[in-house]
Amino acid sequence: MRILKTALLLGLLFVFAEAEQPVHAETLQELTSALSVKSYSKKAVAVKKLAASGAEEAGVILHALMDGALFTRKTDGKIVLGLKNESIYSLSDPINGSALGQAKKSELKKVKINNKVRIAIRAGLGRLDLSHPDSEKRISAAAAIFKSGDPSMLGVLLELVKSETDEDVLPAIVRAAAALELTHSLDIDARINAVAQLKSTGGPEVKALLIKTLSNIQGPATPENLQLESALKGALADVERQLETYGLIENLFQGVSLASVLLLAAIGLAVTFGVMGVINMAHGEMVMIGAYTTYVIQETCRLYFPGFLDFSLIVAIPLAFAVAGTFGILLERSVIRFLYGRPLETLLATWGISLILQQLVRTIFGPTNKEVSTPGWLSGAWEVTSGLSFTYNRIAIIFFALVVLFFLMMVLKRTLFGLQMRAVTQNRMMARSMGIKSARIDAMTFGLGSGVAGMAGVALSQIDNVSPNLGQAYIIDSFMVVVFGGVGNLWGTLVGAGSLGIANKFLEPYSGAVLAKIFVLVAIILFIQKRPRGLFALKGRSVEG
Amino acid sequence: MDMSVHNKIVDPASSILYLDGVSVSFDGFKALNDLSFVVQPGEMRAIIGPNGAGKTTMMDVITGKTRPDEGEVYFRDATDLTRLDEARIANLGIGRKFQKPTVFESHTVFDNLELSLKCDKSPFASLFSKLTSEQYDRIEEILETIRLQDRRDWLAGNLSHGQKQWLEIGMLLMQDPELLLVDEPVAGMTDAETVQTADLLRLISKSHSVVVVEHDMEFVRSLNCKVTVLHEGHVLAEGSLETVASNPQVIEVYLGR
Amino acid sequence: MNIQKLTEKGPFVSLLMGLPGGGKAFMGILLSAAIFIVVGNQFVPEGNFFHVPTYMVSLLGKYLCYALLALSVDLIWGFCGILSLGHGAFFALGGYAMGMYLMRQIGDRGVYGNAELPDFMVFLNWQELPWYWFGFESFAFAALMVMLVPGILAFIFGWFAFRSRVTGVYFSIITQAMTYALLLSFFRNDMGFGGNNGLTDFKDILGFDLRADSTRLGLFVGSVLALAFGYLVSSFVTQSKFGRILIAIRDAESRTRFTGYRVEYYKLSVFVMSAVLAGIAGALYVPQVGIINPSEFSPANSIEIVIWVAIGGRGTLWGAVLGAILVNWGKSYFTGALPEAWLYMLGGLFVFSTLVLPKGIVGTFPIFYANIRSKLSGKSETRQATEAGDI
Repeated sequence: MRILKTALLLGLLFVFAEAEQPVHAETLQELTSALSVKSYSKKAVAVKKLAASGAEEAGVILHALMDGALFTRKTDGKIVLGLKNESIYSLSDPINGSALGQAKKSELKKVKINNKVRIAIRAGLGRLDLSHPDSEKRISAAAAIFKSGDPSMLGVLLELVKSETDEDVLPAIVRAAAALELTHSLDIDARINAVAQLKSTGGPEVKALLIKTLSNIQGPATPENLQLESALKGALADVERQLETYGLIENLFQGVSLASVLLLAAIGLAVTFGVMGVINMAHGEMVMIGAYTTYVIQETCRLYFPGFLDFSLIVAIPLAFAVAGTFGILLERSVIRFLYGRPLETLLATWGISLILQQLVRTIFGPTNKEVSTPGWLSGAWEVTSGLSFTYNRIAIIFFALVVLFFLMMVLKRTLFGLQMRAVTQNRMMARSMGIKSARIDAMTFGLGSGVAGMAGVALSQIDNVSPNLGQAYIIDSFMVVVFGGVGNLWGTLVGAGSLGIANKFLEPYSGAVLAKIFVLVAIILFIQKRPRGLFALKGRSVEG
Repeated sequence: MDMSVHNKIVDPASSILYLDGVSVSFDGFKALNDLSFVVQPGEMRAIIGPNGAGKTTMMDVITGKTRPDEGEVYFRDATDLTRLDEARIANLGIGRKFQKPTVFESHTVFDNLELSLKCDKSPFASLFSKLTSEQYDRIEEILETIRLQDRRDWLAGNLSHGQKQWLEIGMLLMQDPELLLVDEPVAGMTDAETVQTADLLRLISKSHSVVVVEHDMEFVRSLNCKVTVLHEGHVLAEGSLETVASNPQVIEVYLGR
Repeated sequence: MNIQKLTEKGPFVSLLMGLPGGGKAFMGILLSAAIFIVVGNQFVPEGNFFHVPTYMVSLLGKYLCYALLALSVDLIWGFCGILSLGHGAFFALGGYAMGMYLMRQIGDRGVYGNAELPDFMVFLNWQELPWYWFGFESFAFAALMVMLVPGILAFIFGWFAFRSRVTGVYFSIITQAMTYALLLSFFRNDMGFGGNNGLTDFKDILGFDLRADSTRLGLFVGSVLALAFGYLVSSFVTQSKFGRILIAIRDAESRTRFTGYRVEYYKLSVFVMSAVLAGIAGALYVPQVGIINPSEFSPANSIEIVIWVAIGGRGTLWGAVLGAILVNWGKSYFTGALPEAWLYMLGGLFVFSTLVLPKGIVGTFPIFYANIRSKLSGKSETRQATEAGDI
């Protein structure tokens, strides 16, 4: 059977490749000719055989037969496709579609069908889809049958349950068969068995079907009906529980995903605000610059190295770091260094810078969104089970966020630069007298924070519009994360991003996205009252002022 | 603040400041560890100790800036200071001078003193308050005491370091506190200024209880008062400067480092 | 001190008399400019050089509302050092309160002709007015709410924030979060404030047609009086001992505390006062521009207010007014003439004012002036003058 199928498949491929393929065409020819028999039951058999061939053309022929457009030419008995044009019919070959001239009605004889044949045709069409070489098509055909609940398909499905070998397709077919069995079978055992099978596949559609069937149980409380009812109820509870778990996992994933985005957006800020105490309102624009860098690199690749297009994202990471970092250093040297110790002024000046940068990008790239495409290796989703799947780009962003966090921690803890940086922030005078060039360290620290923001921009280009307003969308959230987590503590930033992201996504189903966001904002405002220095702030001897 | 209530309870023989078993820790570091000492009314007390001995934290606890983890702090035996905030404590009659001189730099010397005046300090009262002639005289008097009469219309920010220290002391005197806490009053002062400051403090101690935290041994000697030595948030020794200076533990703590 | 001069001449006169020199000059300029504009609009024929067209009157009225808003920000930032990045929220709330009154005045002249419900509610299929819309058909009630709503929000927010000693940038960030949360809330249709579109299509105010020239002139005069009132109140507050305590808090908060002042009460009082002024500004703004929508809550708007104050000169009242009028005049001009360039200029203003002009126009030029004078006369007054401007 398997070999036959493969052969058929191969044959089909050839058909598509070269229109004339004698061996296969003849087989189809024979099958088609068989439709001209008089007996309706023989016709039904012929339909079945035609469908079993699995050929693409069979679908066309069966559809034509259903619509009454299939004729026997009286001159040679050939089956032809006839398209009525006034009183003249234009004829064509049903298999290869070549035109066969015109004919009057008297020269043709319609291939007649009755209900039995109609059922066979419908089953045949369903079967054709179900045996389509593309497994995706087979799954969607099974899903369509599950939805329509067409009882005529049951036979075909039961046959395919035995023959289907693809592990992705089989559950869909089993599910469709069980659904038909449950709704149309009169045998109580078969129905209960179907309930068990449905339970094992699960999913929201199954839940709906179970509820519908449960409400449709009619007649007196016979032992059979009671048995079925309890089976349905048990299955429903199971499916609901499973769906709830999936919902929870899905929510958690969404939350973690949002958290990773927040973490990426905020982590650079944790350096500039947390370590240096600089309120950089242009932080969001550093993220935006990173995203635009990604866009430019993608376009450059498209023009000059189309082969590497899929990897432009990888190249963009270090370059976005470099570009945003350079902007950061320029910003620090030209503006921020004059404002140390005056946080409110820094806030205003950097806000001005952010307006300028936005307008600059708008002038260069235009105000519209830019498309950064998702490379092949990041598109698609990891399907855990039916009804539970995670998209690859979201997963990648979660990992990327963690890698960036790790990288930053290593820089801060394990490098000479990190050591000097901590020295400068703790005691500038002392650090200077130890020979540390504090001005250089300031610039580099600011560059590091901005560069990390740029890397975040690479990731955000995958899930958000690359537009001049990209940074604005994240700035308030980023500050919330850093303030909530506690200034000067990267773990705090991680926990802050995690709790805000997950809280947001868990509130969403109950309150809607906007209200969830409002709740979280209000919660943070209240939280800051309680712990003005954040979750992980260090307590210390109070200093005057 | 209604002072009369407290005044009735106070026994003149008892303490003005009473600390018992006070402990404060910051993230595991014990800044104060079972600290206890008592200051008598009218007494002048010098508190010395190496860096990190907990002197500033002690000041923070007394003035309500830091809440102790455990222990009791009483003012005039009647008022539990651990429950009150800074402003309430200041109005009760405890004045505090910071280590770094802290004055209102964009106000004149006169305004600095006026703002420190002992009076109703609610926002509403301040909105409509006017100086009475007695209050005016009082400010003049203090200006004289701190030797800043000819600087009265200067902005405080333009004063020298020593003058700022005196202005701050003057501001404390305006509050007319019963207890003055003075943190390193002569740090960064010239020798002449140091001598003048010692005079000033001795003058003040005639009518107020004073607690002075200081590093400068010469200065402490010139105050000629009882000394408490703090070490690691705990009282190490207490007595006259000669007594504590000959205490072997004190010598070890000071010289061993 | 000037307050000592308050006499029995009646509160308004004594307030005017209590103004310092600069304040008196400001009042004079404001009132004579207003008279000039009213005369120029009403009695000078069109085509004459001194004729002031009505659109200009409305534009100036709008600037005056901004000036009052700037004054309210200056009161807390310039004098008390509290940088609120959410003051646009109080302005917008005042505006919404006025907008609700104006909506109720439309009556059955709306598109749907419903006498009770504003159009957007009919559109949303609401059956009756939400409870919080009751009373807004009365101007007096709406006017009360214009002050109460921002005042109460400021009181609650400030009470929490100042009591737990949230200061500096932390305060700025949470005020920003506050206005952002309000922005998101007012975008929701369910809130009952017209969602995205806000409140608009107003017809008349106190029975006067809003499109009539005379009504527009009346609103302008109202704005002048409101600004004058706000200026007098702010001036009285900042000249009093209360005002000097605010400056003390700004410069040395813990010293103020240890001196016996309950800093949080002071901050709370001035914050509420400032929010009420901002609410009044918003209420006068809405009938002059004819719309109020959630974008007024956007954090960017609130930050922009701060820059008006910074440019003009914080800690000086007329600096705030000057800054608001100058920057907004520039905005109107440049968004028309060079729309691309405006954001560069606004951004540049932020950087310029913090780096080069930290004391603002009003704070910088007196020093400049004093420098020249002292060079000419050979005396060194500069030191004092410099520090006096250091606010």
